Amino acid sequence: MKRFAALYTALDQSTKTTTKVAALEAYFREAPDADRLWTIALLSGRRPRRGVTTTQLRDWAAELAGLPQWLFEDSYAVVGDLAETIALVLPEGEAPGGDTRSLSDWIAEVKRLGTLDEPARKAAVLGAWGTLDRTGRFVFNKLITGGLRVGVSQTLMTRALARATGVPEPELAHRLMGDWTPETVSFESLVLTRDPEADLSKPYPFCLAYQVEDGVQALGSPADWLAEWKWDGIRGQVILRGGQHFVWSRGEELMTDRFPELARLRDFVPEGTVFDGEILGWRDGAPLPFAALQTRIGRKTVPKKLLAEAPVILLAYDLLEAGGEDLRAAPLAERRARLATLTEGLPDEVPLRLSPEVGFDDWAALAALRATSRARGAEGLMLKRRAAPYVGGRRKGDWWKWKVDPLSVDAVMIYAQAGHGRRANLFTDYTFAVWDGDALVPFTKAYSGLTDAEFREITAWVRKNTLQRFGPVRQVPGELVFEIGFEGIQPSPRHKSGIALRFPRMLRWRRDKPAAEADTLESLRALL
Amino acid sequence: MGDMAVLSFTEAGIWCEAGDFHIDPWRPVPRALITHGHADHARPGHGAYLATHAALPVLRHRLGDIRAEGIAYGEARQIGGATVSFHPAGHVPGSAQIRVEVGGEVWVVSGDYKTEPDGLCEPFDPVRCHAFISECTFGLPVFRWAPQAEVAAEIRAWWQANAAAGRVSLLGAYALGKAQRLMAAVGDGPGPILTHGAVEAVTDVLRGQGYALPATELVTPGTDKARLAGALVIAPPAALGSAWARRLGTVSTGFASGWMRMRGVRRRRGADRGFVMSDHADWDGLNAAIAATGAERVFVTHGYTSVFRRWLESRGYDAQVVATEFEGESVETPAREPAAATEAGP
Ligand SMILES: [Zn+2]
Ligand SMILES: [Zn+2]
Repeated sequence: MKRFAALYTALDQSTKTTTKVAALEAYFREAPDADRLWTIALLSGRRPRRGVTTTQLRDWAAELAGLPQWLFEDSYAVVGDLAETIALVLPEGEAPGGDTRSLSDWIAEVKRLGTLDEPARKAAVLGAWGTLDRTGRFVFNKLITGGLRVGVSQTLMTRALARATGVPEPELAHRLMGDWTPETVSFESLVLTRDPEADLSKPYPFCLAYQVEDGVQALGSPADWLAEWKWDGIRGQVILRGGQHFVWSRGEELMTDRFPELARLRDFVPEGTVFDGEILGWRDGAPLPFAALQTRIGRKTVPKKLLAEAPVILLAYDLLEAGGEDLRAAPLAERRARLATLTEGLPDEVPLRLSPEVGFDDWAALAALRATSRARGAEGLMLKRRAAPYVGGRRKGDWWKWKVDPLSVDAVMIYAQAGHGRRANLFTDYTFAVWDGDALVPFTKAYSGLTDAEFREITAWVRKNTLQRFGPVRQVPGELVFEIGFEGIQPSPRHKSGIALRFPRMLRWRRDKPAAEADTLESLRALL
Repeated sequence: MGDMAVLSFTEAGIWCEAGDFHIDPWRPVPRALITHGHADHARPGHGAYLATHAALPVLRHRLGDIRAEGIAYGEARQIGGATVSFHPAGHVPGSAQIRVEVGGEVWVVSGDYKTEPDGLCEPFDPVRCHAFISECTFGLPVFRWAPQAEVAAEIRAWWQANAAAGRVSLLGAYALGKAQRLMAAVGDGPGPILTHGAVEAVTDVLRGQGYALPATELVTPGTDKARLAGALVIAPPAALGSAWARRLGTVSTGFASGWMRMRGVRRRRGADRGFVMSDHADWDGLNAAIAATGAERVFVTHGYTSVFRRWLESRGYDAQVVATEFEGESVETPAREPAAATEAGP
């Protein structure tokens, strides 16, 4: 574990990209194959199966540290991370630093925990804590609980691995995609060799867009840009190869079984085709609200009733592969033309549409169209440079989203809770209420959108004005007003207020507004 | 006897009725006993000040022309119906716990304290008492400090790596106490120790008192760039990321504080390195200090008071929380108190 713990420390200590890539590259040069493979897996969000419950971990850690349960829980609420809390409260081990096992040995140990009975499992966990030093314990705990985040994107990891192995970066990015696990591949087969069978299902790294911030005029001539509506669906790649089809989410999750209607594409689209597009609930030639699609997310298979209630289509906006040929280097204009040909004249029953181009002559005209987004059910517009190749990852310049300003409401903070991770010691998670007569009714939580300085100021205020504590939650007087932005609003019988917001966040602190002038539940309902 | 209140908690702060004086008051009062020179303990505007001889020079440096009297550690003094004495708190040079005895009942106000000797300030000396008013800034079991020598070695290694790469090592630390403790502990490094004006001023005062501090040099616009490259620059936390810091050239930033024990806080501060070093007692230190007083009643203040009170109660103490108006070195403002403490000086 020592080598990996040292890598973790180096990545965690540095805020500089170059330092992180260099540390990773050095690690990838030295570590044994099994460790390299697991490191790639961990940094891309994969982890061993959990063999211990977090309740067991908490109980054992509190016991070993000689702490009552409540004190352990209060400490956890302050630290905000279970693996870290445990590592911090445990007494020094018997042989800290006596660990000679590799990362993959430790992962095997974590997997073995699931096969043991409880006393043996406990003994194994306590044994691990006794051998490892603090960072080692933290990593070990993270291997069990998941979520070992070190601020290294897939792109950076790929870059470091490319430098260490000599495999070209784009090639490597492609190889690392898909639903492999360290149990199903070897370092050799995943990274170093090309396996045509495995390649069959693999998506291309997604091209990601930035939000327009400095105004569209800065983009230059409107003629260079293609505009499309931005719909609120699920971004996906649909792959047709070898007589099969595969549907991938942007989060690299294979979703083929969730959208069985897309199997129809096999009958109408030639082999060796890869689309990039938006999967949308669709009826009578128009998209359904996201809520319809939401009913289908999280289900591995879809019952017939849901299929009928919320049928989906792929609204395709890019063609990455045609006739088995990788088109990504071609300009967007050319890819679009081929996509148009491919989708032209398909019968209505085929769940595939071309994302239509939004025509415009100048930026002012496009701005006017954008203002109609919400009425159309769209989030805004996408702008793509016609001459650009398709480049994976988030790169400024060729793809922009130009979303409409969010809906907003002025609300009163009534509860505050400490944040997690970076903001573990600030009160950053708030519950907000609006007026219903002379009562404040909670309707949403939000936890981002303010500056650190504002969070610090509010934290001091919360400390001085706490009315009651419920565990980590503080009730405060309804005095501070915030503007809450959100992307959508829908009725929700589960909530006391009867409504639920989509993507709520704080837009700003309205120091200028007394609580009495905050919005009412009535005005919120009017937005439904 | 046990229920007699030697000290009580008022709007202005801790008050002794028998002697009619306050301890570390936050509103102006006629007579103030001051534990140490940090801004949340030593405020301006009192009629008369009493502090240890060792704390007075910094107090005067910060508060200017005050009516102040010094007292030796351990010296007993009668004030009205109370007998008071000051005892080392080990927090910063000159810092004290204040013992107050009225009619045989003894109460002790800890001020800020740490139990590990740091080689610079007068080491913490437990005082037997009936009631102990204890800070608990780090009153959670997640706070445990490594021995100072270990942390100093980490800082030295960081300094050496920076010097080898031609970078300035910029270390953020409170100007009173932490800054001097660091320069004394870190020992010989690959270059000179340079300071920000706020740190240099306090260092000068303490050096003048006879505390053994290494040579330091004030950073000025004229400081030679080549000299800076291998240097350790000690500055108040507020100076990190400021225009002043940008003029230093390529820096690696470090921050030394007990809060650095938590990864979330470490990341929030945005320094390249966080070193876990505090001038307050850690969890074990708090518990050991309280046990050593032999007190049955404990009042907790500053920090995780409600959690720590509950813990003490579960250990059989009669424990209560004392509200404070200001939370000096709390995590939300690790940069503010020390900045005020040094920049408010004359
Ligand atoms: Zn202090
Ligand atoms: Zn203090």
